[in-house]
Amino acid sequence: MRAEHVLLVSGLVLFAAGQYMGLFWTPPEMHMGDAGRMLYTHVPPAILAMMAFMMASTFALLSLFSPRPRWDHGLVACVEVGVLHNFLLLALGSIWSKPTFGVWWAWEPRITFSTIMFVGFAGVLLLRQVVDDSDKRSLWSAVTTVMSSITVPLTYFVVTKVATLHQELSTPESLSAPMLLTLRVNLFAMVLLTLWFVAMRMRVAASRWADEAPPPLPVGVGGAQ
Amino acid sequence: MLNQIGAVIAKDLLVEWRSPVRTTAVLFFALAIVLLVAFSSGGGALKRQAASTLWMGLLLASTRSLDRSFQVELEQGALEGMVLWPVHPVALFYGKAIANTLVLWLVSLAITPFVIAIFDAPVKGNLPMFIGFLAVGCAAIAAPGTTFAAITSRARAASALLPVLLFPLVMPAMVASARGIGVLIEGDIMNQAPTWFGVVVAFAAVHWLFGPLFFRAVVEE
Repeated sequence: MRAEHVLLVSGLVLFAAGQYMGLFWTPPEMHMGDAGRMLYTHVPPAILAMMAFMMASTFALLSLFSPRPRWDHGLVACVEVGVLHNFLLLALGSIWSKPTFGVWWAWEPRITFSTIMFVGFAGVLLLRQVVDDSDKRSLWSAVTTVMSSITVPLTYFVVTKVATLHQELSTPESLSAPMLLTLRVNLFAMVLLTLWFVAMRMRVAASRWADEAPPPLPVGVGGAQ
Repeated sequence: MLNQIGAVIAKDLLVEWRSPVRTTAVLFFALAIVLLVAFSSGGGALKRQAASTLWMGLLLASTRSLDRSFQVELEQGALEGMVLWPVHPVALFYGKAIANTLVLWLVSLAITPFVIAIFDAPVKGNLPMFIGFLAVGCAAIAAPGTTFAAITSRARAASALLPVLLFPLVMPAMVASARGIGVLIEGDIMNQAPTWFGVVVAFAAVHWLFGPLFFRAVVEE
């Protein structure tokens, strides 16, 4: 069994367990009731989106200073999974917001900055779609990823420091033991599934890169013997 | 280096002077946005919308200006020629970014009186700081915009791609500029404008300082 298969199977098993614990095992949240169970699916994408974007910007910096195809494969995998998590963060947050705050959407700093982060990195994916040359695509997406990554610490700063309509950040101190355990199981499950996605996406990217590479020169042309 | 920066600025301004199509088009584009928002609002909360409309007009207009500034360089391989001449990429970045800033300053200078008049929003707060917001805010758009325009002008769907990349990046500076100008229009009783001004200055400083690193990577490939 390959390492990716282990990640996928263990991630799915943990995810199923985490969802069961979140829906049936943990008690309802003190103020929000059953709507509070959204915590277990809303918080992991928030953490993983930021982690994926920071990983993407690390790959982008590596790509700028020492260009290699594998850094570009890592970059596209991390940006894609980060955009997916960011979308889940916004969509699940919006669904959670209706029963708790009474609105689907509010232009308050946390949501606004999370949306800015989402659009910025979605732009990187869009850029990759319209550039045919693989070397240019790699370089330009590295530059735009590094420039867009400024939105990640800004979003983190707003989430942790700015008081808004959004409730306080969940911490081990603010959660009961069953809630904390359920959150950690769901987070760990999504970490495993994210790693599986990144590994598989890097392999697909490597395969496409090999397909796009020009064929080798025939023997005797350009000095090759 | 300074000579090269000066030469690039002079070249861009000369191109604009000989055929001022970019500045004229950008100016009317910004003006159309301002008028559209003013007419569609119908007068209800006009004064409160003045600052955001001003920056929306400038930001949308900047994409046309930035896009055009590199389109002219790509015609007949002018950009390649400049890099091979050789103009140092850092000088090329600062030259293009300063020229783009000057065009945006000109547009902001032209549309700001219209915004103040149409929205009945005279500046009650610190006027030099109001001008500072316009100056630094335009510079905060131009620096990252120059790098992104260098990328997108050579990609397919350049016109659609530039706003997608640029808008999220400059959003913090635009929010701070709009809020700062908004409080200055209302008189800035709570003295909030200096804080917002600090945010815009910090944003612009980061992009003017580190922009050449990214621009260099883009034009040298």
